[in-house]
Amino acid sequence: MNHAQKASAFIRDEVRTDWHNQAVWHLRQKRDLGAGSVPEWEELRNLASAIKFHALSNLDDYLVQFEANARANGVQVHWAATAEDHNRIVYGILAEHGVKKMVKSKSMLTEDCHLNPYLEIRGIEVIDTDLGERIIQMRHEPPSHIVAPAIHIRKEEVGELFHKELGTEAGASDPKYLTEAARGHLRGHFLTSAAALTGVNFALADTGGVVVCTNEGNADMGVHLHGLQIHCMGIEKIIPRAADLGVFVRMLARSATGQPATIFTSHYQKPKPGGAMHIVIVDNGRTEHLGRADFRNSMKCIRCGACMNTCPIYRRSGGYSYGHTVPGPIGSILTPGIDMKKHSDLPFASTLCGSCSDVCPVKIDIHEQLYKWRQVIAEAGHLPASKRWSMRVAGKVLSRSGWYDFFGKLARRALRRMPRFLVYNRLNPWGRSRELPEPPKESFKEWYKRQKPAP
Amino acid sequence: MKIGLFIPCYIDQFYPRVGIATLELLQKLGCQATYPEGQTCCGQPMANTGCESDAKATYLHFIDTFGDFDYIVAPSGSCTYHVRHHYDIIEQTEAVRHIRERTLDLTEFLLDVLRIDRLEARFPHKVGLHQSCHGLRGLRLGKSSERMEGGPSKIHALLGMVSGIELVDLDRADECCGFGGTFAIAEEAVSAKMGKDRLGDHLRHGAEVITAGDMSCLMHLEGLIRRNKLPIRAMHLAEILNAKEGSL
Repeated sequence: MNHAQKASAFIRDEVRTDWHNQAVWHLRQKRDLGAGSVPEWEELRNLASAIKFHALSNLDDYLVQFEANARANGVQVHWAATAEDHNRIVYGILAEHGVKKMVKSKSMLTEDCHLNPYLEIRGIEVIDTDLGERIIQMRHEPPSHIVAPAIHIRKEEVGELFHKELGTEAGASDPKYLTEAARGHLRGHFLTSAAALTGVNFALADTGGVVVCTNEGNADMGVHLHGLQIHCMGIEKIIPRAADLGVFVRMLARSATGQPATIFTSHYQKPKPGGAMHIVIVDNGRTEHLGRADFRNSMKCIRCGACMNTCPIYRRSGGYSYGHTVPGPIGSILTPGIDMKKHSDLPFASTLCGSCSDVCPVKIDIHEQLYKWRQVIAEAGHLPASKRWSMRVAGKVLSRSGWYDFFGKLARRALRRMPRFLVYNRLNPWGRSRELPEPPKESFKEWYKRQKPAP
Repeated sequence: MKIGLFIPCYIDQFYPRVGIATLELLQKLGCQATYPEGQTCCGQPMANTGCESDAKATYLHFIDTFGDFDYIVAPSGSCTYHVRHHYDIIEQTEAVRHIRERTLDLTEFLLDVLRIDRLEARFPHKVGLHQSCHGLRGLRLGKSSERMEGGPSKIHALLGMVSGIELVDLDRADECCGFGGTFAIAEEAVSAKMGKDRLGDHLRHGAEVITAGDMSCLMHLEGLIRRNKLPIRAMHLAEILNAKEGSL
């Protein structure tokens, strides 16, 4: 199913769609308050965008600098060209230490690499410790949002799930009660696992340290409990200096949820005494994407999710309608880079309203890239035939004044005279829930000609 | 000053009253606007669908048609934005550069070129303003709600010159209506739902009339209004700026 079909299925439950729309819009409203509290917000956006542009343009230098500094701190650094490499490296580290169970904080990268199933079939249990991620892990679902992975699930449904999985009271849906239950449940897993893996929000080239932002402290709890810590990052997470971090920390949580900063901003710099710290640096298609001049800007993304929260389509179609790890507007410009043919529907899941570009803290020109992907996709022959041929005909008619006048008049006349069932049927998607405009007898052009004094 | 009037294709064919209001308004303000009769479309429908190459001939036709004017004025932020922003794939001759610079939305022309500060217009009704995205975020006719900086809203400035009008506040000041060109057909379910939600916001706040700088948004919303017999009317901004007592 393409995006339109999945969206249509989602919308069939209108009450739920309205709830989802409002729940996600609430994040956008909180973001507006958070961003509005910073007088220099637009200046920060410019700065963040420029720092990211600089870092991406000098990635080769900064990555090497980062690696050297991390090694000097006693960190073991690994390079993974592909998702398969990444999974093999992580498994190798865990196997070497005889780990049978690992706690993991939120990481879209490991989701993208399908790390959990890779480790599970090799006998290693993985417990996602972010509450939202734990909920969807119990439901065997992927995340539907990159910041709030379980935003599509109502608290009553969480209550049912926890009743079944954790033995909470039947019918309980009080968030505080359910969170307490999850907390107790997760504590047990924290204590009985033997390693911790985290994602990375920022990697600092000048210190060799990584920074992880969480609201639940789950990354810290895992890392502090276990001697073995692993941090997995995409190559684009690099920023040049620790001094640049403030720009991003001020924007990330405000853009995501409106908070001034996440509750925890954790810095991991070196292994604990007697412990081991590993950083896995992953490419997995990122270099190729950086090579696409029109689309490289998208690599600036700091994964705040603001473009999802603002997107009127995402809010009404749900994260799963995008069919890949990162949904919403940013996903629609990243995912076609992975498999253009398979995901050729995504750049069209937008009205090009531009709200995503205006909300983006690092000023990615998201809607411009959606427009450009459409051109690339059409050029490559991946448009549906109905669009391809109708546009070819439209191009012929609209570039010839005589044809335009003739077909315009013909269409208006036909619309006025045809019986309703010939106009409104399954061949006319416009008319499924809308009327067509009432065709006037006279076009503006005809009226204008009539106004001119007779010669 | 030679002014060329550009009436977008769907206005020409389906909403001649909007073209007439635009022309009358300009005449009232002392402008002799000419409507070149060979005009068709800006080419946006093809380009937004990914078919820029099918739009090129239409771009060139537009350039041929409007080469002779100091300003080209259109009652559409979206078509104006398309000409200014996306005519970058044809050779940038002097004529093309001139047209891309001088194609203005009606609101820009009234405020930035004519610099009007008053209007003879009366419209004693409760009006909800729909902020069309390409005008708002493309032409920056006002500050979008996402941005923390930006100039005053041109549309609000113009509506402020209309006597008797009462603008209603909305829950979502500038959410997209869901038209989006061929999106309205390809993503029919989301498109219709977005339009329905927008209209709900206006109706909840008591708007009798919904207005916008782009008739394309209103064509989509009007289709929903008529299908569901909703107690609200869609009128283009130009119709309100040109309104006399009893224009509803």
